[in-house]
Amino acid sequence: MKIEEIRDLLNASLLTGQELLDREVFSACASDLMSDILSYVKNQTVLLTGLTNAHVIKMAEILEVTAIVFVGGRRPADEVVDMARKMGIAVLTTEYTMYEACGRLYSAGLPGCTRES
Amino acid sequence: MAGGYYSIEQVFHIKAGDFASAGEASSQIKKTLKQLGIDSTLVRRVTIAAYEAEMNLIIHSIGGELKLKVTPQSIIVTAEDKGPGIPDIDLAMQEGYSTAPEIARELGFGAGMGLPNIKRNADRLNIQSKVGEGTLLEIYFDIKAR
Ligand SMILES: Nc1ncnc2c1ncn2[C@@H]1O[C@H](COP(=O)(O)OP(=O)(O)O)[C@@H](O)[C@H]1O
Ligand SMILES: [Mg+2]
Repeated sequence: MKIEEIRDLLNASLLTGQELLDREVFSACASDLMSDILSYVKNQTVLLTGLTNAHVIKMAEILEVTAIVFVGGRRPADEVVDMARKMGIAVLTTEYTMYEACGRLYSAGLPGCTRES
Repeated sequence: MAGGYYSIEQVFHIKAGDFASAGEASSQIKKTLKQLGIDSTLVRRVTIAAYEAEMNLIIHSIGGELKLKVTPQSIIVTAEDKGPGIPDIDLAMQEGYSTAPEIARELGFGAGMGLPNIKRNADRLNIQSKVGEGTLLEIYFDIKAR
């Protein structure tokens, strides 16, 4: 699924990553726990989270996440968005809650990440 | 680097409670491994383990060192600190067990999944710890011949 499609399905605003809109992701992972994200996320993934601190972006860089969607109308500080811009990670924000955002992407055919064995 | 006899070592000093620099050592480790041409799946496993170990030094220890050693056969990440030590290693290894303070939890850390995550990503893990003396984590990864 392309980032652009995710943006539309979630009625989301793109905070950075215009050039990444036609990038493809193959799975999604949603969590507010860093260690969960670290154990489930694969590459070419979109991460959905309510955490907006700079650590999320650093971790997304380590994991080579393609895009991060902040749910429940959360918006990270400008410095945090700038960090993501420098790292080439798309950042979106949606008014949908975590449950609704996940449900929309899942119903549209985007599978979840399963833990690597 | 195929066929080369190289061995590199990098040492990072990690300060207790230094959340602002969190992840920098692991990012550097990732960069180094990529430059060495290590397979990307392996780079990912090492970096995830290094990141969890780095965060444990910041959150739980009084400070310590994160080390990367690469030889043609293996990658070894060590995390060593001078305290406070882990009283019950079996308990600490359990998923969900955490003594992380509120300040770490607010940032999303402290799920009690760090040590299990390290173990899952590693080919071998050695933990030694003594209360009052410190903790040594040796995380081994094999480089498979291609
Ligand atoms: N370097 C360390 N020094 C002292 N205690 C540690 C250290 N690393 C881990 N621990 C202990 O082991 C527990 C489990 O660690 P971990 O699985 O990484 O979970 P978390 O970091 O989320 O608490 C920690 O909560 C802490 O009590
Ligand atoms: Mg931990």
